[in-house]
Amino acid sequence: MKLYCLSGHPTLPCNVLKFKSTTIMLDCGLDMTSTLNFLPLPLVQSPRLSNLPGWSLKDGNAFLDKELKECSGHVFVDSVPEFCLPETELIDLSTVDVILISNYHCMMALPYITEHTGFTGTVYATEPTVQIGRLLMEELVNFIERVPKAQSASLWKNKDIQRLLPSPLKDAVEVSTWRRCYTMQEVNSALSKIQLVGYSQKIELFGAVQVTPLSSGYALGSSNWIIQSHYEKVSYVSGSSLLTTHPQPMDQASLKNSDVLVLTGLTQIPTANPDGMVGEFCSNLALTVRNGGNVLVPCYPSGVIYDLLECLYQYIDSAGLSSVPLYFISPVANSSLEFSQIFAEWLCHNKQSKVYLPEPPFPHAELIQTNKLKHYPSIHGDFSNDFRQPCVVFTGHPSLRFGDVVHFMELWGKSSLNTVIFTEPDFSYLEALAPYQPLAMKCIYCPIDTRLNFIQVSKLLKEVQPLHVVCPEQYTQPPPAQSHRMDLMIDCQPPAMSYRRAEVLALPFKRRYEKIEIMPELADSLVPMEIKPGISLATVSAVLHTKDNKHLLQPPPRPAQPTSGKKRKRVSDDVPDCKVLKPLLSGSIPVEQFVQTLEKQHGFSDIKVEDTAKGHIVLLQEAETLIQIEEDSTHIICDNDEMLRVRLRDLVLKFLQKF
Amino acid sequence: MDPECAQLLPALCAVLVDPRQPVADDTCLEKLLDWFKTVTEGESSVVLLQEHPCLVELLSHVLKVQDLSSGVLSFSLRLAGTFAAQENCFQYLQVRSTPSSPCRETPACLWPRRPVSSWCTSWLCPCEVEPRGSPACRGVTGPRVPRRSWITLKSPCAPRPPPSSPVFSSSDGSLWETVARALSCLGPTHMGPLALGILKLEHCPQALRTQAFQVLLQPLACVLKATVQAPGPPGLLDGTADDATTVDTLLASKSSCAGLLCRTLAHLEELQPLPQRPSPWPQASLLGATVTVLRLCDGSAAPASSVGGHLCGTLAGCVRVQRAALDFLGTLSQGTGPQELVTQALAVLLECLESPGSSPTVLKKAFQATLRWLLSSPKTPGCSDLGPLIPQFLRELFPVLQKRLCHPCWEVRDSALEFLTQLSRHWGGQADFRCALLASEVPQLALQLLQDPESYVRASAVTAMGQLSSQGLHAPTSPEHAEARQSLFLELLHILSVDSEGFPRRAVMQVFTEWLRDGHADAAQDTEQFVATVLQAASRDLDWEVRAQGLELALVFLGQTLGPPRTHCPYAVALPEVAPAQPLTEALRALCHVGLFDFAFCALFDCDRPVAQKSCDLLLFLRDKIASYSSLREARGSPNTASAEATLPRWRAGEQAQPPGDQEPEAVLAMLRSLDLEGLRSTLAESSDHVEKSPQSLLQDMLATGGFLQGDEADCY
Repeated sequence: MKLYCLSGHPTLPCNVLKFKSTTIMLDCGLDMTSTLNFLPLPLVQSPRLSNLPGWSLKDGNAFLDKELKECSGHVFVDSVPEFCLPETELIDLSTVDVILISNYHCMMALPYITEHTGFTGTVYATEPTVQIGRLLMEELVNFIERVPKAQSASLWKNKDIQRLLPSPLKDAVEVSTWRRCYTMQEVNSALSKIQLVGYSQKIELFGAVQVTPLSSGYALGSSNWIIQSHYEKVSYVSGSSLLTTHPQPMDQASLKNSDVLVLTGLTQIPTANPDGMVGEFCSNLALTVRNGGNVLVPCYPSGVIYDLLECLYQYIDSAGLSSVPLYFISPVANSSLEFSQIFAEWLCHNKQSKVYLPEPPFPHAELIQTNKLKHYPSIHGDFSNDFRQPCVVFTGHPSLRFGDVVHFMELWGKSSLNTVIFTEPDFSYLEALAPYQPLAMKCIYCPIDTRLNFIQVSKLLKEVQPLHVVCPEQYTQPPPAQSHRMDLMIDCQPPAMSYRRAEVLALPFKRRYEKIEIMPELADSLVPMEIKPGISLATVSAVLHTKDNKHLLQPPPRPAQPTSGKKRKRVSDDVPDCKVLKPLLSGSIPVEQFVQTLEKQHGFSDIKVEDTAKGHIVLLQEAETLIQIEEDSTHIICDNDEMLRVRLRDLVLKFLQKF
Repeated sequence: MDPECAQLLPALCAVLVDPRQPVADDTCLEKLLDWFKTVTEGESSVVLLQEHPCLVELLSHVLKVQDLSSGVLSFSLRLAGTFAAQENCFQYLQVRSTPSSPCRETPACLWPRRPVSSWCTSWLCPCEVEPRGSPACRGVTGPRVPRRSWITLKSPCAPRPPPSSPVFSSSDGSLWETVARALSCLGPTHMGPLALGILKLEHCPQALRTQAFQVLLQPLACVLKATVQAPGPPGLLDGTADDATTVDTLLASKSSCAGLLCRTLAHLEELQPLPQRPSPWPQASLLGATVTVLRLCDGSAAPASSVGGHLCGTLAGCVRVQRAALDFLGTLSQGTGPQELVTQALAVLLECLESPGSSPTVLKKAFQATLRWLLSSPKTPGCSDLGPLIPQFLRELFPVLQKRLCHPCWEVRDSALEFLTQLSRHWGGQADFRCALLASEVPQLALQLLQDPESYVRASAVTAMGQLSSQGLHAPTSPEHAEARQSLFLELLHILSVDSEGFPRRAVMQVFTEWLRDGHADAAQDTEQFVATVLQAASRDLDWEVRAQGLELALVFLGQTLGPPRTHCPYAVALPEVAPAQPLTEALRALCHVGLFDFAFCALFDCDRPVAQKSCDLLLFLRDKIASYSSLREARGSPNTASAEATLPRWRAGEQAQPPGDQEPEAVLAMLRSLDLEGLRSTLAESSDHVEKSPQSLLQDMLATGGFLQGDEADCY
């Protein structure tokens, strides 16, 4: 069993598991932090951005000044933003049989894999995952395509040149594999390969293994996966949450008794408590708006935004902010708000029961009805007519490199009355803000990451007790900035196996058993004999028939009637000879007793016993004879003394049971 | 002891020593013990024991009975302790009780004057939780498994010839040796309470006190040692930090670590204000250690060893320890510390208040501790450790307070408002404070919170705004805020009239009373109008506390109109009567005018007893006051009480005169004289639940649980 690790990002995993005869890709995350190296794509012509000075080397050489621009001491690539794809060279991706998706954030690289690697398999995901995943992809494509950029920079990627660049460009990894965003056509084609599944549904893969999605509690439709055969069980835990937010709670019980548990997608901010962060979010929002300032919340169009809106629904009245408009701007804003209301069966119990009242599960419906929350596909069009300040704007993209957020950063950045509140944990807020410096606007960082923290992981592992844990290397040591926090790492026994990008792990367990079925008529003919209380044995002669990873014992064909003719026998007609069977042996040889018997009854006086890895060697020194006793075999090695060999053989047989 | 109880006592004692009888819950036993304490304070314990031999029986028997509940055992031991606190009673018990009873095993010479009772309570406490043969107790006597833990603790003190002085002296070794041994044998969990008990004793050998204090300090010393790079100030780290069992407990598990630290901090907190606390008191080390504990909790401490690294992981985010440490840090504000540590303490408090991760309960504690530090600083800056730090601290504090006042969690908003109230009460006169406050948005935010959806928050906002307004801090003094400054009274009055919850309305009444007392501008401008408006609003209130507070306000007004209440101290040198502010008739007319009589007489017939009581007191005060004006008595002709008498039935019905204040002062006075106010007061003084609260009822309840009173006079509630 092997695990091929194609992504180095612990929360955007992409791993391939080879298990029995199947090749299963676990998630398909796309690392978008690469876009932080690029200049933002402004929706409206930005004189500030277009007048940034080109960057030149220390010696004044300015050959890169078209590609690289400088802003407040940072250097950015002036080109269409590019993404860091999962590793495509480590394993031939056309051999992947299936892709299992755990949540909508972990499928963003799907079009790159399904459309460009020769992939011919099936993708499995839950319905909300697919629908919301589609929205995220649609938004991403839209954000990038609606601001066409003529220029595409590639010179800087040259290894010799990259070395000369300042950090972080100098240290960017695998820049040659960075790719532009996919098209909507590729998205549609990729999504068409998905087969929808429901929680706890058992899906057979070629008869070899069975895969099952389980609720993971992190997002609408998010799942963990169980991959099991008759005798082995691998659990894949990705992006799970034990907090009570909107999704169905996590199914922990089904993860028990795993041989291997692959653990990814833990919280990115282990020291931040989501409740505290929500409090921080509300307080800062209120203080800003009260002073006449605007609040900008860069966010994804689905996920935490639902919880934030719900929180604000309760909060704005108590804080006397009911008249402050909330705007949600995204090409998919409308679909996202509506989708969230129709996936009742995927929601937590509380929200599910609302549907029967009948009430919309999320209170943002009421916010929309009362005109407190308004949503728009973009800043163009209706929005500019309705726009009132002070206000709160939720919009993407959280990287601040594309999307409507770029416009608001340019618009509001100059005033210290305004505040940008970062709630998405995926991007470093300081890096995200770098191309907007100098900035007068206040910045508040309250990342809300509801995924498992290390305390919860430790409890989970105690509860489900997997034999082995496999996780990204980042989880096996404290975060670099808090190297003394030994509590911020996975602590389990045996220690977790860690992986990094482009690594292949041999998973530490051997397959020992295989299930074989037996035909009824063959079973009828068996005559079991009890050799120990509770254990019976029977000999069987049969033909093993293997097809589609299923094994079946069939009765052997009847021996052919001897034909009178002189037909030449063909080899293939050979049937197994049913000779008279020698008795079968069972039991083990008690070495001490065996040696004593040799000494007392057979007169050997120079016996030496050696322990070996597999058993024992009894050495009859003068007779130059060896008796190798192992778990499932015994060898008597004795040169040219057949008499002695037979004697010894009979003695060995005496110690064993026969039937 | 009254005869009814005396009659029930034997049966109750029988129930207690009978393991088959169910015993009422522990709170009953606690109440019983409290009752015995009251009884022994009132009469001689020996006489009590002599008159009630069943008690001696009880004390002797409990030790023989198998399977007795630990609650009853604990109760009996503490009862024995209560009796034995008197020397003659101790001796009486020694003679009378069976060989295994507690007093029998302790030689008479070992009777220390006061400590016995505290011993019995403080020392036995840790053992009560693990009766019989607990490892902690076994340690003291070696392998012998004791029958009763407390006997074991005492048994090694073999009887000795009586020393020359019958009074137990601190030089007497054997008991203290036992204690010292116990102190070194018990595990860290039990050592703490014992050490605290020792340190609270007045007569105790110095060596034992030193040992006990070291034991108490051990956990904090370990923490400090695990985190400081260089050796810290002397006192805490000397020789104590290497105790392996303490380190083991700290490292064993999260709960054992948190438990030990919480207990240690609580013990030290208890010890700190006591006069007999160890001296020198290691204030600086304790301050340093507490700051370190808080830093470990918020994850910002840098460990100096592997133990420290482990503690970092264990304590990070541990709310329990954080709360205990904040409590103790608050207590430490009473001492002085080096400037550097005080700065650190303030910094850690500010971080705690600021941190988004702080839970509401932690924030409350942090506010309390911060307040204690700020209040401990003398009002004149520059004279204390804290003085020079204050302006900067306040500048940083107010943005944090602003944020907390906007917190979505109502508990946080509430704590922040309470903090603001307390802070401005004490600091409102300070220029630094006024500057920082008025430069912030805190007053506007507090004003906004008058409309909070949570009633507790509204109440706290009312109190805070009342306080700020008293000090002219409720709105900036700039012209554009003039309206805000003026409208507060109307806003509070609106809350009093329409708020659906009692708490905010009560708070408004308190604020108005304060305003009247302190001569707040809104009250002083037209006092009569102010009082009339407020009383009218209060009289309609359905909440009795609001009405009672109305009477309080009326009393203040009375005092201001007729002069302050007389002091009733019989030893006070009689002061010349303060001349009233105005002639009596005019004063009475004012009282009538504001509707005070209406309000008070209505309240006299209030269905809620405290209101009627308070009104009765007020009217008595008024009557006495008027009686002192002899001139009026003479001037009195034949008063026309008809109008007042006509109003009486309406008062009884809870109705006010319409329009209020149309009574004639004379008529009201006559009415006042005609009422039997003293009689009414004594009737009201008897609470309606006085029967249920009586000891007799307690004994009956306990017997009823045991089934003794079945069919007889079974208690039906």
